[in-house]
Amino acid sequence: MTLGVILLIHNALDRVEQVARHWASHGVPVVIHADARMSKSRYQMLIDGLSDLSNIRFSARHKCEWGTWGLVAASQSAAEVMLEEFPQVRHVYLASGSCLPLRPVEELVQYLAERPNTDFIESATLADVPWTIGGLDNERFTLRFPFSWKNNRRLFDLAVDIQRRLRMHREMPDGLIPHMGSQWWCLTRQTLTAILQDPRRGIYERFFKYVWIPDESYFQTLVRLYSRDIQSRSLTLSKFDFQGKPHIFYDDHLQLLRRSDCFVARKIWPYADRLYNAFLTPQPEALNRTEPNPGKIDRIFAKAVERRTQGRTGLYMQSRFPNPDWENGFTASEYSVFEGFTELFEDFESWLARLTSARVHGYLFGPDRVHYEGDVKVINGAMTDSAKLRDRNPRAFLTNLVWNTRGERQCFQVSPADHIQQVEWDIAKDPNAQISVITGAWAVPLFRSNLDFSEIRRTAAELQRRESRHLDVLRSPYAKARIHIWSLAEFVEAPMEPLQAIISEIGQTDKRRLTEAPKMVDLAGFAQFLQNLKNQGMHPYLTGDFPNTLEEREKPRKPRKPYLVK
Amino acid sequence: MGAIQSYGLRLERKRWRYRAMRKSRELSPLVNRTAYIREGDLLVFCTLRNEAKRLPYFLEYYRGLGINHFLFVDNDSTDGSADFLAEQPDVSVWRTNASYKRSRFGMDWINWLLMKYGQDHWCLTVDPDEFLIYPFCDTRPLRALTDWLDASSIKSFGAMLLDMYPKGPIGTLPYRAGQDPLDIAMWFDSGNYTIERNHKYGNLWIQGGPRARVFFPDAPEHAPALNKVPLVKWDNRYAYISSTHSLLPRGLNLIYDEWGGEKSSGVLLHTKFLDTFVHKAEEELERGQHYAGSREYKVYAERGQASPDLWCTWSEKYINWRQLEILGLMSKGNWA
Repeated sequence: MTLGVILLIHNALDRVEQVARHWASHGVPVVIHADARMSKSRYQMLIDGLSDLSNIRFSARHKCEWGTWGLVAASQSAAEVMLEEFPQVRHVYLASGSCLPLRPVEELVQYLAERPNTDFIESATLADVPWTIGGLDNERFTLRFPFSWKNNRRLFDLAVDIQRRLRMHREMPDGLIPHMGSQWWCLTRQTLTAILQDPRRGIYERFFKYVWIPDESYFQTLVRLYSRDIQSRSLTLSKFDFQGKPHIFYDDHLQLLRRSDCFVARKIWPYADRLYNAFLTPQPEALNRTEPNPGKIDRIFAKAVERRTQGRTGLYMQSRFPNPDWENGFTASEYSVFEGFTELFEDFESWLARLTSARVHGYLFGPDRVHYEGDVKVINGAMTDSAKLRDRNPRAFLTNLVWNTRGERQCFQVSPADHIQQVEWDIAKDPNAQISVITGAWAVPLFRSNLDFSEIRRTAAELQRRESRHLDVLRSPYAKARIHIWSLAEFVEAPMEPLQAIISEIGQTDKRRLTEAPKMVDLAGFAQFLQNLKNQGMHPYLTGDFPNTLEEREKPRKPRKPYLVK
Repeated sequence: MGAIQSYGLRLERKRWRYRAMRKSRELSPLVNRTAYIREGDLLVFCTLRNEAKRLPYFLEYYRGLGINHFLFVDNDSTDGSADFLAEQPDVSVWRTNASYKRSRFGMDWINWLLMKYGQDHWCLTVDPDEFLIYPFCDTRPLRALTDWLDASSIKSFGAMLLDMYPKGPIGTLPYRAGQDPLDIAMWFDSGNYTIERNHKYGNLWIQGGPRARVFFPDAPEHAPALNKVPLVKWDNRYAYISSTHSLLPRGLNLIYDEWGGEKSSGVLLHTKFLDTFVHKAEEELERGQHYAGSREYKVYAERGQASPDLWCTWSEKYINWRQLEILGLMSKGNWA
């Protein structure tokens, strides 16, 4: 057999035995390296358990702690045993105890036989690959790492810190160019012996013994000196998460692994009975299986990393509660806020709902209750119309509403009387928000109301004060929403243009031109009403300049209706 | 956080531990099979009172997940709960007739059992009406999760309480012993939860759901807390503070990501609202042994409805964990 397998193991011995037996019984010689920290009795049990197979060897044991030289030393000794004891071996495959062959052994043997001089080892220059986790990339090679990261984290960090301060620096021996990659390789006898029998091996070893995580760089760097044909990829399917630890495969990954066409996968959960049963028993020959194709698995794990680091925008839940400004977006999707429109138009909400496919609510932050579309009491997500529940946490109320109705644009009305103070900054800073304001429109309902004028004057002053403060927020440089502000006078002068702009921005209508306008309330006498307020010392400056003469000009065209732009 | 504050929390943690040791005198073992607990076993800790009807399914469910041993505190049951438990081969039972309230709602007893038997085990602390759902729970046993948490150096796993309820008045459908309570209480609220941060202990304070919606619309600040950290790789130095809502040291409460990402989390399906609830509410009100002067039970009673209906048109019907993850109630995090 031209293939030999090295297994580096430290636990789950029953699985190790099962996998070793699988390789060996298919004629592939196996050299097992057991971590020196494993107890003697367990080690002996493993040896006894495999004693019936003639092509299994055990190599000298080293202490294998993650990130240290021991793992390289282990691979070296095991490789030496393999090359010496099995002279027919042409390719040596380095695998771990939790690796599982996914394709029939013969297919791998044949695949390698067709590429007799190719070394499969992921080997990328450090300069070009931003793989490293934890901020140590180049320093892996230029500093010394005498302390264990796992057990002596403080000393480890201290040593790094001191060396940085002293500007200590090591040179690569012989001008080697540092390369890195997955530690699971498959090398040819020629390349491997060249590395192991190199007269300068001692020099390289002394250097790499103090490199950080040398099992990802020792062979990866030296192979560049000797190999005639490097395929820079690992034949072992092995995915890493954002902290640099390998993803684990479970029973429910069976179909994915089957379809990946990879030769070997790591790491398998030791209790994944279905996987071990499925892949270690003879499989029906698949047709036309050639190159490994881990695309789908890649996507699943890439998604997992993205979920862990980015999360779902606009979602606040028990395991995602970002600090302020780390939300990666305040809300889940776009929504529109209308201030002053319902006051100015008689049928604004129904008109907007007819024209767009959006859901148009009333005053969501109304002081009496939440006015959902159609005045329903409960809405998506079982949110109720209780003002107290809403005011308990208005931010959560808004983000919940937008999250619960994902895929459907929400529009709602706001008046200066609403309970919006706790959330107005969030809305103003939210790029998902489209805010359209007609300032001073609160005067219209007052004008049409049947209140005492002293009451009107008091309310108008209060509303103007509140709106003015709200406008300060909208006009602040921190506001990132799409905000349009018109004064009432401006808007009444030419209403169709802004309406057209708002509707096109929402973009959920197939009509390119507005064919239907909302009905504006009758404003006859409004200018005089404003003048009366002024005469009482309350200047409604937010309405803009309503010319006193307006009424005379308007008289012939009564009642006033907005014209259409066709 | 300053040194003084952190020292204060350290003292508080020690206080809870001493208190647990003191309160341990109230417990007397009925059956102690803890000698059978082996290294790495998964343990369940649970306090109960008169839950005989729920226990068969509770044990079946958690045995199915791969729990190796159950440790119960029976608080003066009169319906044979303790005897039923004593017959189970994988259960240890302690009895007490001391005050539930004065043991901080059972937490002192549980803290002591955790201290004594939980060291280096993954310990799940739940009530008999809580069922843990975690990512991939339909295809992977609980040990797959704890192994992954171990490999990721994560010591605690969050699972928010999700109140489940039936459609129609709560008392309509009778619950039979051994039945899956989700056959009856299969509805839940999907998106009306609010979250605040507790800066002292670092945990999130989650409120909402049907209880806030129906029982507390006028006093939402009094609605019950739903945040929970039920699954912990226990160490003798740890202590639960108040129910399983939070614990010390405070790092264990950091089950959420603060920088925009999602950590893995599960859900505790809370099947309190079965027909047994109506009777229980009356009884508990009489005993006055529940949290904050049994306020919750008072509200239930005040509502005047002997059998309230929690269902509304936007209630969601439970399907599986993937549904909960899509709705954003739990997350796979980077477990794939």
